[in-house]
Amino acid sequence: MRPSVYTYIAVMAIVTYLIRLLPLTLIRREIKNKFIRSFLYYVPFVTLSVMVFPAILTASSGKCASAAGFVTALILAYCRKSLITVALCASAVVFLVELLPII
Amino acid sequence: MKRHVYFAAGVGAGIPIFLGYLAVSFTFGIMAKNCGLSVFQAVLLSASNLTSAGQFSGLTLITAGAPLAEMAATQFVINLRYCLMSCSLSQKIDEKTPFFHRFFMAYGVTDEIFGVSVSREGRLSPFYFYGLVAVSALGWVGGTFLGVVSGGLLPARVVSALSIALYGMFIAIIIPPARDSKVVAGIVVISMLLSLLFAAAPALKEISSGFRIIILTVVISGAAAVFFPIADDESGGQQEELS
Repeated sequence: MRPSVYTYIAVMAIVTYLIRLLPLTLIRREIKNKFIRSFLYYVPFVTLSVMVFPAILTASSGKCASAAGFVTALILAYCRKSLITVALCASAVVFLVELLPII
Repeated sequence: MKRHVYFAAGVGAGIPIFLGYLAVSFTFGIMAKNCGLSVFQAVLLSASNLTSAGQFSGLTLITAGAPLAEMAATQFVINLRYCLMSCSLSQKIDEKTPFFHRFFMAYGVTDEIFGVSVSREGRLSPFYFYGLVAVSALGWVGGTFLGVVSGGLLPARVVSALSIALYGMFIAIIIPPARDSKVVAGIVVISMLLSLLFAAAPALKEISSGFRIIILTVVISGAAAVFFPIADDESGGQQEELS
C-alpha cells in the first residue's frame, strides 16, 4: 500500500531534524584539539563558497542576468556593504538585466 | 544584553533570508500543488522540514509513491551537510547556555541561517538564533502558502530576481573576511573553482550537489586546517550571552 502524504512528511521531518540535532547535542564541550578547531573554523567559508558557485549562474531565469547579479554582489560585498544591501542590489540588477530586450 | 534585544537583532539580520525564502518557497508551493498536495500538506511540509533541496526531492518521491526507506535515505544524503554545520555551530554556543536550547536551535539549522549565525562575532545567543529562525521560517512557510493558493500572485520576473538574493547574502558573508585574510581568500577561490570542476567535469558532475558540498568541505577545510592551523584566539571570541 502507498504510504500517506503525512507519513512521508513525518519521515522527512524526523530524518532532517536528527541530522541537525545530533552534532549539536553530542558535542557539548568546547573542542580543544587544534586540528578540529581549525577545521571547523574553515567549514563555513568552504561550504558557502561551494554553494554559491557555480549555482548562482543558474539561479535566475537568464545566465547574463545571473552573472551580472553575481558581479554586483562581489563588488558590494568587497566594499563591506550589509547582507541586505548586497542581497537586494543583486536582485535589482537581475531584474533590470532581464528587462533588457536583447538578452 | 537582554533576550528581546538579541531576538530583534536576529530578526533584522534575517530579512535577506526572508526575501530569498519567499521566492524559493513560492516556487516550491507551485510545485507542491502540481504534485497534488493540499494547502495544509504543503504548509506542514515546509514548516516541519525547513529545507529546500530536501523538500523538492521529497515531492518527487511522494509523487512516485516511493518506499519510505528510499525517502529516508534520500533525505539523509541530501541533508547530511547540516551535520557539518551543526558541528561548527556547536562550538559557537556558549557552554553555559542551558542545554535544552540546543533541541530548539537544531530545528533552524539551514544553509542560510547557519551562514548568518557564524558570520556574527563572538558567541551565538540562542535568542539571536531564534530571531533569525522566526523571520526565515515565516518567509519559507508564507511563500509556500502563497505559491499553492495563487501561483500567479508574484510575477515570474520578481521570483526570478529574488532567487539570487540568498546567493548575494552568502557572498556578503564570505567576501569581507576574505579581504582581511589571504588564507580565507585563497580558500574561497579554491572552493569555487573545485565546485565548478565538480559541476562541469564528466563523471564528477554525476555526484549530487549535497555530496559535492560534503566532499569539498571535508577535503578543503581539512587541508586548510593542516597547512594553516588557526591561533587559539581566532575562532572563540568573546562570550556574549549566557542564557
